[in-house]
Amino acid sequence: MSAETHHSVISGLAGEILEHTGVKASHCYQCGKCSAGCPLSEEMEYPPSYIMRMLQTDDPVMEEKILRSFTIWVCLTCEMCYSRCPMSIDIPKMMDYLREKSLKEGKANPRAKHIIAFHKSFLDSIRTTGRLYEIGLLVDYKARTFKVMQDMILAPKMLVRGKLNIFPELIKGRAGVSSIFSRSNKKNKKII
Amino acid sequence: MSKIGVFVCHCGENISATVDCAKVAETAAGYDGVVYSIDYKYMCSDPGQSLIKSAIVEKGLTGVVVASCSPRMHEPTFRKACAEAGLNPYMCEMANLREHCSWVHEKGDATTQKAIDLVRILVEKVKKNHSLNSIKVPVTKTALVIGGGIAGIQASLDIANSGHKVILIERDPSIGGHMSQLSETFPTLDCSQCILTPRMVEVAQHPNITLYTYAELESLEGFIGNFKAKIRRKSKSIDEKLCTGCGQCTTKCPVKKIPSEFNEGLGKRTAIYVPFPQAVPNKPVIDRINCTYYIKGKCKVCEIVCPTKAIRFDQEDTIVEVEVGAIVLATGFAVKQPDFFPEYGYGKFPDVITGLQFERLASASGPTLGEIRRPSDGKIPEKIVFLACAGSRDPAKGIPYCSKICCMYIAKHAMLYQHKVHGGKSYVFYMDIRAGGKMYEEFVRRAIEDDGVNYIRGRVSRIYEKNGKLIVKGADTLLGAMPVDIEADMVVLATAGIANEGSEELAQKLHTSYDSYHFFSEAHPKLKPVETNTAGIFLAGACQSPKDIPESVAMASGAAVKVACLFSQDELTREPLIAMVNRQAAPVYSSCVGCFLCVSACPYQAIEREEIKNRNGEVIKTIAKVNPGLCQGCGTCVAFCRTKSIDIQGYTHEEMYSEVMALLNDY
Amino acid sequence: MTLGLYPGCSLKGSSREYTESVLAVAQACGIELVEIEDWNCCGATAAHNLNKELSLALPARILSLAEKQGMNEIVVPCAACYSRLTVTKYEIAEHPELNETITKANGLEYTGSVGILNIIQMLDKYVTPNLEGRIIKPFEHKVACYYGCLLVRPHEILKFDREEDPQSMDELMLKAGATPIDWAFKTECCGAGLSVSRTSSVGRLSGEILKDAADRGAEAIIVACPMCQSNLDMRREAINSYLGEKIDIPVLYATQVLGLALGLERKALGLQRHFVPVNI
Repeated sequence: MSAETHHSVISGLAGEILEHTGVKASHCYQCGKCSAGCPLSEEMEYPPSYIMRMLQTDDPVMEEKILRSFTIWVCLTCEMCYSRCPMSIDIPKMMDYLREKSLKEGKANPRAKHIIAFHKSFLDSIRTTGRLYEIGLLVDYKARTFKVMQDMILAPKMLVRGKLNIFPELIKGRAGVSSIFSRSNKKNKKII
Repeated sequence: MSKIGVFVCHCGENISATVDCAKVAETAAGYDGVVYSIDYKYMCSDPGQSLIKSAIVEKGLTGVVVASCSPRMHEPTFRKACAEAGLNPYMCEMANLREHCSWVHEKGDATTQKAIDLVRILVEKVKKNHSLNSIKVPVTKTALVIGGGIAGIQASLDIANSGHKVILIERDPSIGGHMSQLSETFPTLDCSQCILTPRMVEVAQHPNITLYTYAELESLEGFIGNFKAKIRRKSKSIDEKLCTGCGQCTTKCPVKKIPSEFNEGLGKRTAIYVPFPQAVPNKPVIDRINCTYYIKGKCKVCEIVCPTKAIRFDQEDTIVEVEVGAIVLATGFAVKQPDFFPEYGYGKFPDVITGLQFERLASASGPTLGEIRRPSDGKIPEKIVFLACAGSRDPAKGIPYCSKICCMYIAKHAMLYQHKVHGGKSYVFYMDIRAGGKMYEEFVRRAIEDDGVNYIRGRVSRIYEKNGKLIVKGADTLLGAMPVDIEADMVVLATAGIANEGSEELAQKLHTSYDSYHFFSEAHPKLKPVETNTAGIFLAGACQSPKDIPESVAMASGAAVKVACLFSQDELTREPLIAMVNRQAAPVYSSCVGCFLCVSACPYQAIEREEIKNRNGEVIKTIAKVNPGLCQGCGTCVAFCRTKSIDIQGYTHEEMYSEVMALLNDY
Repeated sequence: MTLGLYPGCSLKGSSREYTESVLAVAQACGIELVEIEDWNCCGATAAHNLNKELSLALPARILSLAEKQGMNEIVVPCAACYSRLTVTKYEIAEHPELNETITKANGLEYTGSVGILNIIQMLDKYVTPNLEGRIIKPFEHKVACYYGCLLVRPHEILKFDREEDPQSMDELMLKAGATPIDWAFKTECCGAGLSVSRTSSVGRLSGEILKDAADRGAEAIIVACPMCQSNLDMRREAINSYLGEKIDIPVLYATQVLGLALGLERKALGLQRHFVPVNI
């Protein structure tokens, strides 16, 4: 839970992040360029530079807030922050780590329900067939979210244009793909 | 036959609290060659020194060991005392019983034994010491100042006023540097040229200063007090003696569209030009790259209109050789063009400009005569945005260090804008505000509180242009990193201050150190800011690191004093603790075989070749010779020499060996 | 000549017209594209958002298959898949200890020998050098080239074009006879994977992109990513609702434009499948 640097030990979430992603929170001098360029920052309760500051406080209360935030789920990993950061802080990599940890510890923000449901439905589809089956994905998604009317109008329009496969494509190596999932699940307490 | 005197000091209680000083003195008295050994409470005091002096006279001492504090404290004191008593000062050595013994150990027998050992080994060394005399090096009392900005100008005036000659060289056609480009200076808002030009004129008229503009250093040889410099005076294509500075040529020159360097590209100049109206010297130069005559062989309008026939198209560069005793480097800084920030659009959008360009707009002698106008359409901007740290504090794309002056000049720019455009709105995007000088913090508060400049803490992610406006997308980190978008009419980027172009080449010509950013290196970051590690070369101004005008002026005066100190003597006295190549009688002349490994080892280029000739003038042998003016006594050559022909005076092989053997042998 | 092809899930389903245009242009230029046999989904956004190991194992399986099937280079028309595959290749190269974990998970050997090209790189390398005299119907329209996020970022991994104001697609369009315009949203995110779970965000993000292009007189938006195309095209209603106005600029794939310029049939390029009618 901690990472050693030259003269000090970085503990807590910041230490974990340093160890697993190489991102060092102390590099951030809060310039705000990431938040200024983030396309989703107005929808986040904590824009990216704010999250970095929360990480720097080494305060368990702040760390909880980060893991329970909506920010980490609405982040699109568009990499705009990383490309502009004067300290080259790999925020997208950090976000991936926070997401995985948040889910593992059951702390995902309730507002992110639909976003997470979509990801899970996507992965469910691949696990079964090896390739994405859009109808399957949508059915799974609606089952998880009860958004029954989601894109109901869209589906026939897609069908008409030949963009919707009625039947899934099943790859031959399905078992191989499925086993990748089960191996990961064993390690990560069945988050997917 | 040695007659050594040992003087053990108690240093109050500093030494005697842990070391048995009486025992040390007693033991030393029994050594072979020691004829006098005492201990005393304060050896460095007047009575203490008298003890040493009388012992020297009465006992006829040939060597002295003072066992007390570190040589860094009192070596000069005791050596002076010995000299006053008639003993060569280099026959006096110090055993450090304080920093090396009493201050780092507990009281006890082992500590006292260590003190005894320290005294013993130095007694053995002193037995091998030779009398040495200080080295005298002549001094040429002329200084060379490289760079004619405010630092170079100040240094030149100070040295000239102290009665010495100065040669000032500047590579631009006029002196003045960046300060001449500024509109007003912080924190007083003095008109920059008004305070600068009197000094520029003083330099031009001072009887002790020889000014060469449009000139650069071609090469440098020699050492402190004795430099030989070659200066390349680039051809101005005019005869300066005939030219009156009337300006007819610049008015009539048909090539009018060259971007003006002085106006940072915002204005135009002609091919034959004077950089700005207050230039010193106020004589034009021809830009041969853009002049029609040099490109096509036609035109010559300037020659036709010149009333004194001063144009010389065939003029060539001249090399001037000068002898100087000291050099002051005052080459200033450059502005890092922010085109490495494509997200800010500099170079793409004409209304995104640098701080220096803003100075030219604000300046009464600038391309817009002091009105803030957009380069794109000439309109006055109603909303202006200033971006701090556009290149500084940016390891990813720019330079990691802080350029020091930008926080202050941004506040100044914003204030000037508000003064000139009363209804305008100005915004500053900043990370920190660095305002550490005298009246600086108050100046920034004035900008915020009195002149209504909006300071927003955060950086801008990108700037793009839409419908003639610049959309600035920033964030306010003091409000939870809330996005802040501004539709600006003009954006000013606070650029990074970097070393001037050609700094690396110049440093290599001078054999002086520079850092990875090509700023020249000072000898010690805290205590020797105006000296370099190369004896005789001094630093002034922003060529050492970015700094503002008061600091540059202070540093220039500091460097000038160092030069004046140097010139206050006709000869330079240097400690003789330097390397020397041995010389012997014929036919050997020296054990040196002339391999010159030492030459490649020496970090100070202090070793030369010496030809030994017979009476007919034929060369018998070429051996190494140490230049006593340059050698710093580092000893690297001694380690390299394969025949043990080179040795450090005062730390010879024999002396050091005897110290070591005294330590190893039981006594 | 032959090149491996990794279509990815979108190209087989919701972005069928992209595959059609890629294959049509390849065929017209004498390039045979061989689909990787039994390829699996690369995991897209979902995998790297939820599970790091999965996000590396799935693309590694694809690359291992390509290796096994003797492919030196593969073209990946989908920018998201291209990003995932290239990032995986980079991560395993930087951290060789990952190779062991991945190989165990996949049960397939991985050497990292396969070269990965995005659609623009493929066209620049194998198609445009031979375009001389073959453009019979220059696409004489003003176009806004939209690169999206994943083609050019992060530069240190992808090493393609440049992050700010990229030009590779613009140059391609010039060769097809079009006039690419300079505009401000070339690399701003379209809303990516939020298409289903948070459509309003897509409406906002894609809306800003479309508005800027429309304001500057673009007659079409050119893309090289099926996700971007889908957000800008299929979700036009959400965009129009956000903007409060109806914009009918069509969204074409770069390969469709090239195909038209080469004189290929509109149907062969799948132009009839778009939501926003392609009337140019």
